[in-house]
Order: sequence, then structure tokens, then C-alpha cells
Amino acid sequence: MLKRDWWKYLSGVLLLYAIIYGFKVDIPDTMIHETMRNLFYHVGMWFGMFSMLITGFVYSLRYLRKFNEAEDLVAVEAVNVGLMFGFLGIFTGMIWANFTWGTPWVKDPKLNGAAVGLVIYLAYMVLRGSIDDVHKRAKVSAVYNIFAFFLWIVFVLILPRISGESIHPGKDSPPVLPMHLEPSMRVVFYPAMIGWILLGFWIMNLRVRIRKIKLKIEN
Amino acid sequence: MLWTEIKYLVGKEIRLELKQKYVINGILLYLVSTIYITYLAFENAITGETWNSLFWIILLFVAVNGISKSFVQESPARHLYYYTIASPGAVVLSKILYNLLLMAILSLLSFGFFLLLMGNQVVNVPLFLLTLVFGSLGLSSVLTMVAAIASRASHNFSLMAILSFPIILPLLAVLMKVSRTALSSMDWSGLSPLLVILITINVVVIALAYLLFPYLWRD
Repeated sequence: MLKRDWWKYLSGVLLLYAIIYGFKVDIPDTMIHETMRNLFYHVGMWFGMFSMLITGFVYSLRYLRKFNEAEDLVAVEAVNVGLMFGFLGIFTGMIWANFTWGTPWVKDPKLNGAAVGLVIYLAYMVLRGSIDDVHKRAKVSAVYNIFAFFLWIVFVLILPRISGESIHPGKDSPPVLPMHLEPSMRVVFYPAMIGWILLGFWIMNLRVRIRKIKLKIEN
Repeated sequence: MLWTEIKYLVGKEIRLELKQKYVINGILLYLVSTIYITYLAFENAITGETWNSLFWIILLFVAVNGISKSFVQESPARHLYYYTIASPGAVVLSKILYNLLLMAILSLLSFGFFLLLMGNQVVNVPLFLLTLVFGSLGLSSVLTMVAAIASRASHNFSLMAILSFPIILPLLAVLMKVSRTALSSMDWSGLSPLLVILITINVVVIALAYLLFPYLWRD
């Protein structure tokens, strides 16, 4: 039990730590004051979404290699959880933006990238819904997922870096190391990030299992 | 081998188009009437910025309309016949090539109509024409692939718009940025990163189309 599920417990512990200690840790006194603490949640959820969408992409590729139906289930549930994190990330971002920029939404390449990403993956769900045949649905949506993922990466990772107009932080650093964090914040940020990513895999895992059970009952 | 197949298939597309003139005439009429509507609606509001936005939005709608028929125009039985005599790579590349030709003609025509009705706002004409070339290639490759995906599902016309608009945004954002420069100054400096991205998107989309298309037609 513990041997197999340790990462689920780890996720819970890390997120509890991030939620409790995230409100206690000393943060540098910047222009945005206490809202800086949102970094642990907003950016963490962004990483959760990213890891889910990458998982979906990888499993779509794997599906096209062997046409194993279980891999299609992982791909679609990874995208589902990715969408959930995407919406949470946008909502936490809007709360934050309301305090720091005075408005919940600004015209900015990074925000556009997040919004377009949600629309792309909602369209993926619509595409799946419009094909009845199971194998055809899996194959066509895997092709769309691979195709869309690439174009979205260009939009969200490359364009904001060359356009240079973004007011959203984090465009000058590589995607894995957001900004130049104070050491005191790092001790919360990195555990929080890992916690969110593991939570994503946990939810995905549960949803895939529910789908498999449903399939078994239907047959 | 691949090249001869593509040559014959593109020839077939052109002959088919010339035989069923109402399709191409329909697209031309759509183009002209859309430009005329915007000309009437924006009579006193045409600045460089609106000129640019209108041009690309109209071209996008024309492209979606013109390319969405790529895979549904001919009967499934006819497609089956093509697949027995040509490789899937040749089929998709010939469609992209043919749509590139179509888009190049349509974009030049709409440029002409814009000049006629809304006056010339373009300062750097060579750069603008270069944008049209890359734009035609990008629109044709991305939309051909989306048309192939949408043709596998039911209600494929509405699906075409849902799937293509978010996916085409990265390309359109870069195109509009480059053409905005062409509308404001003769300056070529600072454009190289954008042009590199434009070329990269085009190359990778065509490569992905070539690799992924075989999965779409095989049932």
C-alpha cells in the first residue's frame, strides 16, 4: 500500500505544508505586498496544468504507436485534469491581477496564451464528442492533440518571449525557474509545485480507473 | 516517386476546381462581398491599424471557407481509390500545395480589393507580399490538416471553425505583427526573430501533417 501509493501521501503532505506555511513564511516586501503568496498556488497550478497537458501529449503519441485503448483513456483524462488546473490557474490569476494591476484581465501575450490553451483543449473535447466510433475517436483526437499541443507551445512559450510586451512576470527566465525567487520563498514554492503536479496525477489516475470500471460494466 | 504523385494529384485538384467553377466562384463572391460589407461598415474608420486587422480577419474567414471543403468535396469511395494509387503523404502534401496556390491567389485578390476600396496603407510593399506568401503557406497547411481532422467527424463544418480558430491564433498573431510593421515603416530591422518563427511554424506544421495524416485516413 505505502510502497505503491507513497506519492499520493507525499502530494497531500506537500500541499498541506504549502497551504499552511505559505501564509506564515517571510516574504520580501515588494510593491505587491502579501499577494506575493499567491505565487505558491497560481504558479503551482500552472505547472500542474502543464505536466498534465504534456502527459496527454505523450499518451496521444503512444496511442498512435500501438493503438492501445487504455492509453487513449489516459490522454483524455490528462487533458481533463489539465483543463481543471487551467481554469483554477486563470481564476487565481484573475484574483491576483485584480490586486496588482487593478483589473482581473489585461491584454497580455501570457494571458492570451492561457485563454487560447483552454479553448484549444475544450475544442478537443468537442471533437471527441462528435465522433461515435471508439477507435476512430481515439485516433482522430490523438492526431488533433499532437497537432494542437505543438502550436500551443509556440504560442505560450515562444511568442511572449520574443514579443517583449508582457507585463506578466516570468518571461525572461526559462520556464522551469520562475523569476529570481528569494530563498525563503523557494522552500515553499518548490514543494508546492511538486505537490500540485502529484495531485494532478492522482486525480488523473482515479478518473482513468473510474472510466475503466465503467467500460467493464458496459461490456 | 512522391514528387510525381504530388504533381499528378495537384493537377487533378486544379482540373477538378476548373470543372466545378461554382465552388471557386462562390469563394470569390464571398471574398468580395465580405470586403464590401466591411468597406461600408468602416467607411470613416479606416486607419492603418483597422486596415491590418480587417485584412487578416477577412483572409482567415475566406481561408476557413475555402479549405474546409478539401476532404469532403469528393466522395469517400473516391478517396479510397486515391489511397490505393498514392501514398497518404502525397495526398496531404498535394492538398496543402493546392490550397497554397488557392490562398496565394485569394490573398492577392483581397489585397487588390483593399487597395481599391480602402486605399493603400502599406508602406513596405515587399515585406507585406512576403507576409502574404508565409501567410498563405501557414493558413493552407494548418487548415488543410484541420479539415482532414474535421472531415472524420460529423457536423464537420461547424467543427472546422471550432478546431481551427484557436489553433491558427499563434500563426495569425505573428503574421499580424509582421504586417503591422509593413504598414508603418520601411524598417526591416528587428523582424528576423518573427520571420524565423513564421518559417519554423510552417516547416513543423507541414512535417506534422506528413507524419500524422496516415493515421487519419486508415480506418
